[in-house]
Amino acid sequence: MKKVQLAIVGGGPAGLAAAIAAREAGLQDILIIERGEALGGILGQCIHAGFGLHTFGQELTGPEYAQRFIDRVEDMKIPYLLGTMVLDINENKVLTVTGRETGLIQIQAEAIVLAMGCRERPRGALNIPGTRPAGIYSAGTAQRLVNLEGYLPGRDVVILGSGDIGLIMARRMTLEGAKVHAVAEVMPYSGGLKRNIVQCLDDFNIPLLLSTTVVDIQGQGHIESVTLAKVDGRRKPIPGTEQVIPCDTLLLSVGLLPENELSLSAGVALDGVTGGPVVGDDLSTSLPGVFACGNVLHVHDLVDFVSEEAGRAGRSAAEYVLHRRSAGRTVALRGKNGVRYTVPQHIDADAMADTVTVRFRVGQPYRGAALCAWAGDKLLRRIPKRILTPGEMESFPIRKADIPADCDTITFTVEEAAQ
Amino acid sequence: MTRQLTCIGCPMGCQLTATIENGVVTTVTGNTCKRGDDYARKECVAPMRTITGTVRMADGRVISVRTRTDVPKAKMFDVADAFNKARPAAPLHIGDVVIADVCGTGVDVVATANRE
Repeated sequence: MKKVQLAIVGGGPAGLAAAIAAREAGLQDILIIERGEALGGILGQCIHAGFGLHTFGQELTGPEYAQRFIDRVEDMKIPYLLGTMVLDINENKVLTVTGRETGLIQIQAEAIVLAMGCRERPRGALNIPGTRPAGIYSAGTAQRLVNLEGYLPGRDVVILGSGDIGLIMARRMTLEGAKVHAVAEVMPYSGGLKRNIVQCLDDFNIPLLLSTTVVDIQGQGHIESVTLAKVDGRRKPIPGTEQVIPCDTLLLSVGLLPENELSLSAGVALDGVTGGPVVGDDLSTSLPGVFACGNVLHVHDLVDFVSEEAGRAGRSAAEYVLHRRSAGRTVALRGKNGVRYTVPQHIDADAMADTVTVRFRVGQPYRGAALCAWAGDKLLRRIPKRILTPGEMESFPIRKADIPADCDTITFTVEEAAQ
Repeated sequence: MTRQLTCIGCPMGCQLTATIENGVVTTVTGNTCKRGDDYARKECVAPMRTITGTVRMADGRVISVRTRTDVPKAKMFDVADAFNKARPAAPLHIGDVVIADVCGTGVDVVATANRE
Protein backbone atom coordinates (compact mmCIF):
# COMPACT_ATOMS: atom_id res chain seq x y z
CA MET A 1 0.00 0.00 0.00
CA LYS A 2 1.19 3.51 -0.81
CA LYS A 3 2.22 5.35 2.34
CA VAL A 4 2.31 9.08 3.02
CA GLN A 5 3.06 11.07 6.16
CA LEU A 6 0.30 13.64 5.59
CA ALA A 7 -2.68 13.31 3.26
CA ILE A 8 -4.69 16.50 2.68
CA VAL A 9 -8.21 15.92 1.39
CA GLY A 10 -9.13 18.91 -0.77
CA GLY A 11 -6.99 21.42 -2.71
CA GLY A 12 -9.02 24.56 -2.03
CA PRO A 13 -7.85 27.48 0.11
CA ALA A 14 -7.88 25.36 3.30
CA GLY A 15 -5.96 22.42 1.82
CA LEU A 16 -3.37 24.67 0.18
CA ALA A 17 -2.67 26.70 3.34
CA ALA A 18 -2.50 23.52 5.43
CA ALA A 19 0.02 21.97 3.02
CA ILE A 20 2.23 25.07 3.00
CA ALA A 21 2.21 25.34 6.80
CA ALA A 22 2.97 21.63 7.25
CA ARG A 23 5.95 21.89 4.90
CA GLU A 24 7.18 25.02 6.68
CA ALA A 25 6.96 23.06 9.94
CA GLY A 26 9.40 20.54 8.51
CA LEU A 27 7.18 17.82 7.09
CA GLN A 28 8.43 16.52 3.73
CA ASP A 29 6.03 13.76 2.69
CA ILE A 30 2.73 15.51 1.91
CA LEU A 31 0.07 14.69 -0.68
CA ILE A 32 -2.88 16.94 -1.61
CA ILE A 33 -5.82 15.04 -3.14
CA GLU A 34 -8.19 17.26 -5.15
CA ARG A 35 -11.45 16.14 -6.78
CA GLY A 36 -11.62 19.01 -9.29
CA GLU A 37 -9.47 19.71 -12.33
CA ALA A 38 -7.53 22.58 -10.74
CA LEU A 39 -6.22 23.65 -7.36
CA GLY A 40 -7.87 26.61 -5.66
CA GLY A 41 -11.32 25.20 -4.97
CA ILE A 42 -14.31 27.51 -5.08
CA LEU A 43 -12.07 30.62 -5.35
CA GLY A 44 -11.68 29.93 -9.07
CA GLN A 45 -15.28 30.96 -9.73
CA CYS A 46 -15.35 33.82 -7.17
CA ILE A 47 -14.06 36.37 -9.67
CA HIS A 48 -15.25 39.41 -7.66
CA ALA A 49 -12.83 41.49 -5.58
CA GLY A 50 -12.64 41.59 -1.79
CA PHE A 51 -10.37 38.68 -0.86
CA GLY A 52 -7.11 39.04 1.04
CA LEU A 53 -7.59 42.31 2.92
CA HIS A 54 -6.46 40.66 6.17
CA THR A 55 -3.76 38.41 4.67
CA PHE A 56 -2.22 40.63 1.99
CA GLY A 57 -3.58 44.10 2.81
CA GLN A 58 -5.13 44.45 -0.65
CA GLU A 59 -8.37 43.50 -2.35
CA LEU A 60 -7.77 40.55 -4.63
CA THR A 61 -10.21 38.53 -6.71
CA GLY A 62 -10.72 34.86 -5.82
CA PRO A 63 -8.48 33.47 -8.59
CA GLU A 64 -5.71 35.95 -7.69
CA TYR A 65 -5.89 35.01 -4.00
CA ALA A 66 -5.82 31.29 -4.83
CA GLN A 67 -2.89 31.66 -7.22
CA ARG A 68 -0.64 33.08 -4.47
CA PHE A 69 -1.11 29.85 -2.51
CA ILE A 70 -0.91 27.62 -5.60
CA ASP A 71 2.41 29.28 -6.51
CA ARG A 72 3.76 28.55 -3.01
CA VAL A 73 2.70 24.89 -3.28
CA GLU A 74 4.40 24.65 -6.71
CA ASP A 75 7.57 26.39 -5.44
CA MET A 76 7.73 24.01 -2.47
CA LYS A 77 7.18 21.08 -4.84
CA ILE A 78 4.37 19.68 -2.70
CA PRO A 79 2.82 16.78 -4.65
CA TYR A 80 -0.86 16.90 -5.55
CA LEU A 81 -3.35 14.81 -7.48
CA LEU A 82 -6.12 16.43 -9.59
CA GLY A 83 -9.35 14.81 -10.78
CA THR A 84 -8.88 12.39 -7.92
CA MET A 85 -11.54 11.61 -5.37
CA VAL A 86 -11.26 10.21 -1.88
CA LEU A 87 -14.08 7.66 -1.59
CA ASP A 88 -13.50 6.55 1.97
CA ILE A 89 -11.35 7.12 5.03
CA ASN A 90 -11.30 4.44 7.71
CA GLU A 91 -10.43 4.62 11.40
CA ASN A 92 -6.87 3.41 10.65
CA LYS A 93 -6.32 6.45 8.39
CA VAL A 94 -6.40 4.40 5.19
CA LEU A 95 -7.79 6.46 2.31
CA THR A 96 -9.53 4.76 -0.60
CA VAL A 97 -8.89 6.93 -3.64
CA THR A 98 -9.91 6.85 -7.27
CA GLY A 99 -8.75 8.93 -10.22
CA ARG A 100 -7.70 8.72 -13.83
CA GLU A 101 -3.97 8.69 -12.99
CA THR A 102 -4.14 6.51 -9.91
CA GLY A 103 -6.94 4.08 -10.65
CA LEU A 104 -8.49 2.68 -7.48
CA ILE A 105 -5.81 2.68 -4.78
CA GLN A 106 -5.44 2.79 -1.03
CA ILE A 107 -3.11 5.16 0.81
CA GLN A 108 -1.98 4.71 4.41
CA ALA A 109 -1.54 8.13 6.02
CA GLU A 110 0.13 8.93 9.35
CA ALA A 111 -1.91 12.13 9.58
CA ILE A 112 -4.83 13.53 7.61
CA VAL A 113 -6.09 17.10 7.18
CA LEU A 114 -9.77 17.23 6.26
CA ALA A 115 -10.29 20.22 3.94
CA MET A 116 -13.28 19.16 1.81
CA GLY A 117 -15.17 22.45 2.10
CA CYS A 118 -18.92 22.75 1.96
CA ARG A 119 -21.77 22.56 -0.51
CA GLU A 120 -24.95 24.52 -1.05
CA ARG A 121 -28.30 23.69 0.49
CA PRO A 122 -30.44 22.44 -2.43
CA ARG A 123 -34.09 23.04 -3.33
CA GLY A 124 -35.02 19.63 -1.98
CA ALA A 125 -34.07 20.78 1.52
CA LEU A 126 -36.46 23.76 1.39
CA ASN A 127 -39.85 22.12 0.79
CA ILE A 128 -40.97 24.74 -1.74
CA PRO A 129 -44.24 23.59 -3.33
CA GLY A 130 -44.87 23.78 -7.07
CA THR A 131 -43.64 22.10 -10.21
CA ARG A 132 -40.13 20.79 -10.86
CA PRO A 133 -39.12 22.75 -13.97
CA ALA A 134 -35.68 23.58 -15.39
CA GLY A 135 -34.28 27.01 -14.58
CA ILE A 136 -33.76 26.57 -10.84
CA TYR A 137 -30.12 26.75 -9.77
CA SER A 138 -28.17 27.14 -6.60
CA ALA A 139 -26.39 30.51 -6.69
CA GLY A 140 -23.01 28.78 -6.81
CA THR A 141 -24.03 26.66 -9.80
CA ALA A 142 -25.08 29.81 -11.65
CA GLN A 143 -21.77 31.40 -10.63
CA ARG A 144 -19.89 28.49 -12.14
CA LEU A 145 -21.91 28.62 -15.39
CA VAL A 146 -21.40 32.37 -15.82
CA ASN A 147 -17.83 32.79 -14.59
CA LEU A 148 -16.10 29.59 -15.67
CA GLU A 149 -18.14 28.24 -18.55
CA GLY A 150 -19.36 31.51 -20.05
CA TYR A 151 -23.12 30.80 -20.10
CA LEU A 152 -25.88 33.06 -18.78
CA PRO A 153 -28.55 30.77 -17.24
CA GLY A 154 -31.41 33.23 -17.85
CA ARG A 155 -32.52 36.84 -18.30
CA ASP A 156 -35.35 37.32 -15.79
CA VAL A 157 -34.13 36.31 -12.38
CA VAL A 158 -35.53 35.97 -8.86
CA ILE A 159 -33.15 35.10 -6.04
CA LEU A 160 -34.27 33.35 -2.86
CA GLY A 161 -31.97 33.96 0.09
CA SER A 162 -29.72 36.94 0.71
CA GLY A 163 -26.50 35.07 1.39
CA ASP A 164 -23.39 36.62 -0.10
CA ILE A 165 -23.22 34.31 -3.13
CA GLY A 166 -26.78 35.28 -4.09
CA LEU A 167 -25.99 38.98 -3.71
CA ILE A 168 -22.80 38.67 -5.76
CA MET A 169 -24.73 36.84 -8.49
CA ALA A 170 -27.44 39.53 -8.54
CA ARG A 171 -24.77 42.06 -9.56
CA ARG A 172 -22.97 39.67 -11.89
CA MET A 173 -26.08 38.72 -13.87
CA THR A 174 -27.24 42.35 -14.01
CA LEU A 175 -23.91 43.42 -15.52
CA GLU A 176 -24.27 40.58 -18.05
CA GLY A 177 -27.63 41.97 -19.17
CA ALA A 178 -30.12 40.01 -17.06
CA LYS A 179 -32.91 41.66 -15.04
CA VAL A 180 -32.93 40.64 -11.39
CA HIS A 181 -36.47 41.33 -10.22
CA ALA A 182 -36.05 40.74 -6.49
CA VAL A 183 -34.04 39.08 -3.73
CA ALA A 184 -36.38 37.45 -1.19
CA GLU A 185 -35.14 36.75 2.34
CA VAL A 186 -37.26 34.77 4.81
CA MET A 187 -35.56 36.34 7.83
CA PRO A 188 -36.23 39.95 8.92
CA TYR A 189 -32.54 40.73 8.26
CA SER A 190 -30.03 39.73 5.58
CA GLY A 191 -27.34 37.14 6.19
CA GLY A 192 -25.11 38.91 3.67
CA LEU A 193 -22.40 41.51 4.26
CA LYS A 194 -23.62 45.14 4.32
CA ARG A 195 -21.14 46.06 1.64
CA ASN A 196 -22.63 43.44 -0.69
CA ILE A 197 -26.18 44.69 -0.09
CA VAL A 198 -25.14 48.21 -1.05
CA GLN A 199 -22.83 47.39 -3.96
CA CYS A 200 -24.73 44.41 -5.42
CA LEU A 201 -28.39 45.39 -4.83
CA ASP A 202 -28.72 49.13 -4.06
CA ASP A 203 -26.32 50.08 -6.89
CA PHE A 204 -28.70 48.43 -9.36
CA ASN A 205 -32.02 49.24 -7.64
CA ILE A 206 -32.69 45.55 -6.99
CA PRO A 207 -35.30 45.23 -4.20
CA LEU A 208 -34.40 43.21 -1.09
CA LEU A 209 -37.69 41.81 0.24
CA LEU A 210 -37.21 40.86 3.91
CA SER A 211 -39.55 38.45 5.73
CA THR A 212 -40.51 37.13 2.29
CA THR A 213 -40.21 33.70 0.75
CA VAL A 214 -41.13 31.68 -2.34
CA VAL A 215 -44.40 29.81 -1.74
CA ASP A 216 -44.99 28.42 -5.24
CA ILE A 217 -43.11 27.75 -8.45
CA GLN A 218 -44.98 27.67 -11.77
CA GLY A 219 -44.01 26.30 -15.16
CA GLN A 220 -43.97 23.01 -17.03
CA GLY A 221 -40.63 22.12 -18.60
CA HIS A 222 -39.09 25.51 -17.79
CA ILE A 223 -39.83 27.83 -14.87
CA GLU A 224 -42.31 30.61 -15.84
CA SER A 225 -42.96 32.43 -12.57
CA VAL A 226 -42.67 32.24 -8.81
CA THR A 227 -45.11 33.31 -6.11
CA LEU A 228 -43.65 35.32 -3.24
CA ALA A 229 -45.41 35.94 0.08
CA LYS A 230 -44.63 37.79 3.28
CA VAL A 231 -44.03 35.62 6.37
CA ASP A 232 -44.92 36.21 10.01
CA GLY A 233 -42.63 36.08 13.04
CA ARG A 234 -42.69 32.28 12.92
CA ARG A 235 -41.78 32.26 9.21
CA LYS A 236 -45.29 31.14 8.17
CA PRO A 237 -46.59 32.69 4.91
CA ILE A 238 -49.30 35.34 5.48
CA PRO A 239 -52.37 34.66 3.25
CA GLY A 240 -53.28 37.58 1.01
CA THR A 241 -49.68 38.86 0.62
CA GLU A 242 -48.86 36.71 -2.41
CA GLN A 243 -47.41 38.28 -5.56
CA VAL A 244 -46.53 36.44 -8.77
CA ILE A 245 -43.26 37.41 -10.48
CA PRO A 246 -42.67 36.12 -14.04
CA CYS A 247 -39.10 34.82 -14.41
CA ASP A 248 -37.02 32.28 -16.32
CA THR A 249 -34.51 31.67 -13.53
CA LEU A 250 -34.70 31.12 -9.77
CA LEU A 251 -31.41 31.18 -7.84
CA LEU A 252 -31.19 29.69 -4.35
CA SER A 253 -28.72 31.23 -1.92
CA VAL A 254 -30.00 29.60 1.24
CA GLY A 255 -27.04 28.35 3.18
CA LEU A 256 -23.95 26.18 3.03
CA LEU A 257 -23.45 22.74 4.56
CA PRO A 258 -20.02 21.35 5.54
CA GLU A 259 -19.33 18.24 3.47
CA ASN A 260 -18.47 15.60 6.08
CA GLU A 261 -19.34 12.21 4.58
CA LEU A 262 -15.66 11.20 4.73
CA SER A 263 -15.33 12.42 8.32
CA LEU A 264 -18.31 10.26 9.26
CA SER A 265 -16.92 7.20 7.50
CA ALA A 266 -13.71 7.61 9.50
CA GLY A 267 -15.71 7.81 12.72
CA VAL A 268 -14.89 11.46 13.45
CA ALA A 269 -17.35 13.02 15.93
CA LEU A 270 -19.38 15.91 14.48
CA ASP A 271 -20.89 18.99 16.13
CA GLY A 272 -24.67 19.17 15.69
CA VAL A 273 -24.65 22.97 15.27
CA THR A 274 -21.70 23.54 12.89
CA GLY A 275 -22.15 20.28 10.98
CA GLY A 276 -18.35 19.95 11.13
CA PRO A 277 -15.96 17.91 13.29
CA VAL A 278 -15.57 18.57 17.02
CA VAL A 279 -11.99 19.87 17.37
CA GLY A 280 -9.46 20.96 19.98
CA ASP A 281 -7.27 24.08 19.94
CA ASP A 282 -4.83 22.31 17.56
CA LEU A 283 -7.81 21.51 15.26
CA SER A 284 -7.45 17.79 16.04
CA THR A 285 -10.64 15.79 15.64
CA SER A 286 -11.82 12.92 17.84
CA LEU A 287 -9.70 10.52 15.73
CA PRO A 288 -6.00 10.93 16.66
CA GLY A 289 -3.93 12.24 13.75
CA VAL A 290 -6.94 13.62 11.85
CA PHE A 291 -7.30 17.41 11.70
CA ALA A 292 -9.94 19.67 10.11
CA CYS A 293 -10.00 23.25 8.79
CA GLY A 294 -11.89 25.58 6.49
CA ASN A 295 -15.52 25.24 5.49
CA VAL A 296 -15.64 21.53 6.28
CA LEU A 297 -15.07 22.53 9.91
CA HIS A 298 -17.53 25.45 9.99
CA VAL A 299 -18.73 27.78 7.26
CA HIS A 300 -16.61 30.95 7.07
CA ASP A 301 -17.40 34.28 5.44
CA LEU A 302 -13.79 35.40 4.90
CA VAL A 303 -11.21 33.24 3.14
CA ASP A 304 -8.48 35.05 5.07
CA PHE A 305 -9.68 33.31 8.24
CA VAL A 306 -9.78 29.98 6.39
CA SER A 307 -6.13 30.36 5.41
CA GLU A 308 -5.13 31.26 8.97
CA GLU A 309 -7.10 28.39 10.47
CA ALA A 310 -5.78 25.92 7.89
CA GLY A 311 -2.22 27.01 8.68
CA ARG A 312 -2.84 26.00 12.26
CA ALA A 313 -4.23 22.60 11.14
CA GLY A 314 -1.20 22.03 8.90
CA ARG A 315 1.27 22.88 11.68
CA SER A 316 -0.60 20.62 14.10
CA ALA A 317 -0.55 17.74 11.62
CA ALA A 318 3.21 18.19 11.10
CA GLU A 319 3.73 18.30 14.86
CA TYR A 320 1.68 15.11 15.25
CA VAL A 321 3.88 13.23 12.77
CA LEU A 322 7.25 14.66 13.88
CA HIS A 323 6.87 14.79 17.67
CA ARG A 324 3.50 14.20 19.24
CA ARG A 325 2.44 16.78 21.77
CA SER A 326 1.70 15.41 25.21
CA ALA A 327 -1.89 15.77 26.31
CA GLY A 328 -2.71 17.97 29.28
CA ARG A 329 -5.86 19.24 30.94
CA THR A 330 -8.92 19.49 28.67
CA VAL A 331 -11.15 22.54 29.07
CA ALA A 332 -14.50 22.44 27.26
CA LEU A 333 -15.74 25.55 25.40
CA ARG A 334 -19.47 26.23 25.29
CA GLY A 335 -21.70 28.83 23.66
CA LYS A 336 -24.77 30.10 25.55
CA ASN A 337 -27.18 33.05 25.55
CA GLY A 338 -26.86 33.97 21.90
CA VAL A 339 -23.52 32.30 21.10
CA ARG A 340 -24.58 29.37 18.92
CA TYR A 341 -21.39 27.29 18.98
CA THR A 342 -17.63 27.56 19.37
CA VAL A 343 -14.73 26.33 17.24
CA PRO A 344 -12.67 24.83 18.76
CA GLN A 345 -15.05 22.97 21.05
CA HIS A 346 -12.31 22.26 23.62
CA ILE A 347 -8.77 23.37 24.38
CA ASP A 348 -5.79 21.81 26.11
CA ALA A 349 -5.01 24.27 28.91
CA ASP A 350 -1.43 22.95 29.24
CA ALA A 351 -0.35 22.32 25.64
CA MET A 352 -2.21 25.22 23.98
CA ALA A 353 -0.44 28.23 22.46
CA ASP A 354 -0.25 31.39 24.61
CA THR A 355 -3.35 32.71 22.84
CA VAL A 356 -6.00 30.69 20.99
CA THR A 357 -8.60 32.38 18.80
CA VAL A 358 -12.06 30.97 19.43
CA ARG A 359 -14.54 31.57 16.58
CA PHE A 360 -18.33 31.47 16.67
CA ARG A 361 -21.53 33.05 15.38
CA VAL A 362 -24.39 34.69 17.23
CA GLY A 363 -28.01 33.66 16.71
CA GLN A 364 -29.52 37.08 15.92
CA PRO A 365 -28.39 40.71 15.41
CA TYR A 366 -27.42 42.69 18.55
CA ARG A 367 -26.48 46.35 18.96
CA GLY A 368 -24.40 47.77 21.78
CA ALA A 369 -23.82 44.32 23.27
CA ALA A 370 -20.68 42.62 24.60
CA LEU A 371 -19.15 39.18 24.22
CA CYS A 372 -18.10 37.53 27.48
CA ALA A 373 -16.03 34.48 28.41
CA TRP A 374 -16.79 32.91 31.79
CA ALA A 375 -15.08 30.24 33.89
CA GLY A 376 -18.03 29.34 36.10
CA ASP A 377 -19.12 32.71 37.53
CA LYS A 378 -15.69 34.30 37.01
CA LEU A 379 -15.55 36.69 34.06
CA LEU A 380 -12.34 35.97 32.10
CA ARG A 381 -12.76 38.63 29.45
CA ARG A 382 -15.41 41.00 28.16
CA ILE A 383 -15.25 42.50 24.66
CA PRO A 384 -17.75 45.30 23.86
CA LYS A 385 -19.31 45.04 20.39
CA ARG A 386 -21.18 47.86 18.69
CA ILE A 387 -22.79 45.34 16.38
CA LEU A 388 -23.12 41.56 16.22
CA THR A 389 -24.82 39.81 13.30
CA PRO A 390 -25.24 36.12 12.41
CA GLY A 391 -23.60 36.80 9.03
CA GLU A 392 -20.26 37.78 10.56
CA MET A 393 -18.10 35.25 12.35
CA GLU A 394 -16.72 36.54 15.66
CA SER A 395 -13.15 35.98 16.87
CA PHE A 396 -12.48 35.85 20.62
CA PRO A 397 -8.87 35.43 21.76
CA ILE A 398 -8.42 33.33 24.93
CA ARG A 399 -5.11 33.68 26.77
CA LYS A 400 -3.60 30.60 28.36
CA ALA A 401 -2.53 32.70 31.36
CA ASP A 402 -6.15 33.72 32.03
CA ILE A 403 -7.51 30.18 32.46
CA PRO A 404 -7.90 29.30 36.17
CA ALA A 405 -6.31 26.04 37.33
CA ASP A 406 -9.64 24.59 38.51
CA CYS A 407 -11.54 25.50 35.33
CA ASP A 408 -13.07 22.67 33.27
CA THR A 409 -15.46 24.71 31.08
CA ILE A 410 -15.33 28.18 29.53
CA THR A 411 -18.71 29.57 28.51
CA PHE A 412 -19.11 32.29 25.87
CA THR A 413 -22.18 34.53 26.07
CA VAL A 414 -23.70 37.66 24.57
CA GLU A 415 -24.35 40.32 27.20
CA GLU A 416 -27.24 42.38 25.82
CA ALA A 417 -27.36 46.13 26.17
CA ALA A 418 -29.51 47.41 29.05
CA GLN A 419 -32.93 48.53 27.81
CA MET B 1 -30.39 68.58 -1.63
CA THR B 2 -30.06 65.63 0.72
CA ARG B 3 -29.26 62.04 -0.04
CA GLN B 4 -29.82 58.88 2.00
CA LEU B 5 -27.23 56.12 1.90
CA THR B 6 -26.11 53.05 3.84
CA CYS B 7 -22.54 53.10 5.12
CA ILE B 8 -20.43 50.08 4.11
CA GLY B 9 -17.57 50.77 6.54
CA CYS B 10 -18.62 47.94 8.89
CA PRO B 11 -21.62 45.66 9.61
CA MET B 12 -23.39 48.48 11.54
CA GLY B 13 -24.71 49.81 8.23
CA CYS B 14 -25.44 53.30 9.57
CA GLN B 15 -28.19 55.13 7.64
CA LEU B 16 -26.44 58.33 6.53
CA THR B 17 -27.99 61.58 5.37
CA ALA B 18 -25.70 63.78 3.30
CA THR B 19 -26.53 67.39 2.48
CA ILE B 20 -25.16 68.43 -0.89
CA GLU B 21 -24.87 72.03 -2.03
CA ASN B 22 -23.42 72.94 -5.44
CA GLY B 23 -21.91 69.48 -5.83
CA VAL B 24 -20.17 69.62 -2.46
CA VAL B 25 -21.15 67.61 0.61
CA THR B 26 -21.65 70.13 3.42
CA THR B 27 -22.87 67.91 6.27
CA VAL B 28 -23.21 64.21 7.01
CA THR B 29 -25.50 62.95 9.78
CA GLY B 30 -26.44 59.49 11.01
CA ASN B 31 -22.87 58.22 11.09
CA THR B 32 -21.40 56.88 14.33
CA CYS B 33 -17.76 57.14 13.33
CA LYS B 34 -15.47 59.00 10.95
CA ARG B 35 -15.61 56.25 8.33
CA GLY B 36 -19.27 57.09 7.70
CA ASP B 37 -18.40 60.73 7.08
CA ASP B 38 -15.58 59.84 4.67
CA TYR B 39 -17.72 57.31 2.82
CA ALA B 40 -20.65 59.71 2.32
CA ARG B 41 -18.41 62.51 1.06
CA LYS B 42 -16.77 60.30 -1.57
CA GLU B 43 -19.88 58.32 -2.49
CA CYS B 44 -22.02 61.42 -3.11
CA VAL B 45 -19.50 63.27 -5.25
CA ALA B 46 -17.41 60.68 -7.05
CA PRO B 47 -18.58 57.10 -6.43
CA MET B 48 -16.03 54.53 -7.63
CA ARG B 49 -16.20 50.76 -8.11
CA THR B 50 -13.81 47.97 -9.08
CA ILE B 51 -15.52 46.09 -11.94
CA THR B 52 -14.88 42.37 -12.38
CA GLY B 53 -16.18 40.04 -15.06
CA THR B 54 -15.18 37.59 -17.75
CA VAL B 55 -13.85 37.91 -21.29
CA ARG B 56 -14.16 35.34 -24.07
CA MET B 57 -10.69 34.66 -25.50
CA ALA B 58 -9.99 34.29 -29.25
CA ASP B 59 -9.73 30.53 -28.77
CA GLY B 60 -13.16 30.37 -27.10
CA ARG B 61 -11.98 29.93 -23.50
CA VAL B 62 -13.26 32.19 -20.73
CA ILE B 63 -10.92 34.21 -18.51
CA SER B 64 -11.75 36.37 -15.48
CA VAL B 65 -10.72 40.03 -15.54
CA ARG B 66 -10.89 43.16 -13.39
CA THR B 67 -10.32 46.87 -13.68
CA ARG B 68 -6.86 47.31 -12.16
CA THR B 69 -8.19 50.00 -9.80
CA ASP B 70 -11.67 51.42 -9.25
CA VAL B 71 -13.44 53.37 -12.01
CA PRO B 72 -16.39 55.79 -11.89
CA LYS B 73 -19.55 53.95 -10.89
CA ALA B 74 -21.43 55.57 -13.80
CA LYS B 75 -19.21 53.61 -16.23
CA MET B 76 -20.13 50.17 -14.84
CA PHE B 77 -22.30 49.07 -17.76
CA ASP B 78 -19.95 50.56 -20.38
CA VAL B 79 -17.06 48.61 -18.87
CA ALA B 80 -19.18 45.42 -18.81
CA ASP B 81 -19.94 45.96 -22.53
CA ALA B 82 -16.23 46.39 -23.23
CA PHE B 83 -15.58 43.05 -21.49
CA ASN B 84 -18.05 41.41 -23.88
CA LYS B 85 -16.43 42.88 -27.01
CA ALA B 86 -12.82 42.00 -26.21
CA ARG B 87 -11.32 38.84 -27.77
CA PRO B 88 -7.75 38.60 -26.37
CA ALA B 89 -5.36 35.89 -27.47
CA ALA B 90 -3.58 33.37 -25.25
CA PRO B 91 -1.35 33.21 -23.31
CA LEU B 92 -2.60 35.51 -20.56
CA HIS B 93 -1.33 35.73 -17.00
CA ILE B 94 -2.51 37.48 -13.85
CA GLY B 95 -1.93 41.22 -14.31
CA ASP B 96 -1.62 41.13 -18.13
CA VAL B 97 -3.49 43.99 -19.82
CA VAL B 98 -6.59 42.73 -21.65
CA ILE B 99 -8.10 46.16 -22.48
CA ALA B 100 -5.97 49.31 -22.17
CA ASP B 101 -7.62 52.49 -20.86
CA VAL B 102 -11.12 51.00 -20.75
CA CYS B 103 -13.89 53.46 -21.77
CA GLY B 104 -11.56 56.42 -21.41
CA THR B 105 -11.21 55.93 -17.66
CA GLY B 106 -7.42 55.77 -17.81
CA VAL B 107 -7.64 52.39 -16.07
CA ASP B 108 -6.57 49.10 -17.67
CA VAL B 109 -8.55 45.88 -17.55
CA VAL B 110 -6.24 43.05 -16.48
CA ALA B 111 -6.46 39.27 -16.33
CA THR B 112 -7.07 37.73 -12.89
CA ALA B 113 -6.28 34.15 -13.93
CA ASN B 114 -3.66 32.32 -15.99
CA ARG B 115 -4.44 30.79 -19.43
CA GLU B 116 -1.49 29.23 -21.28
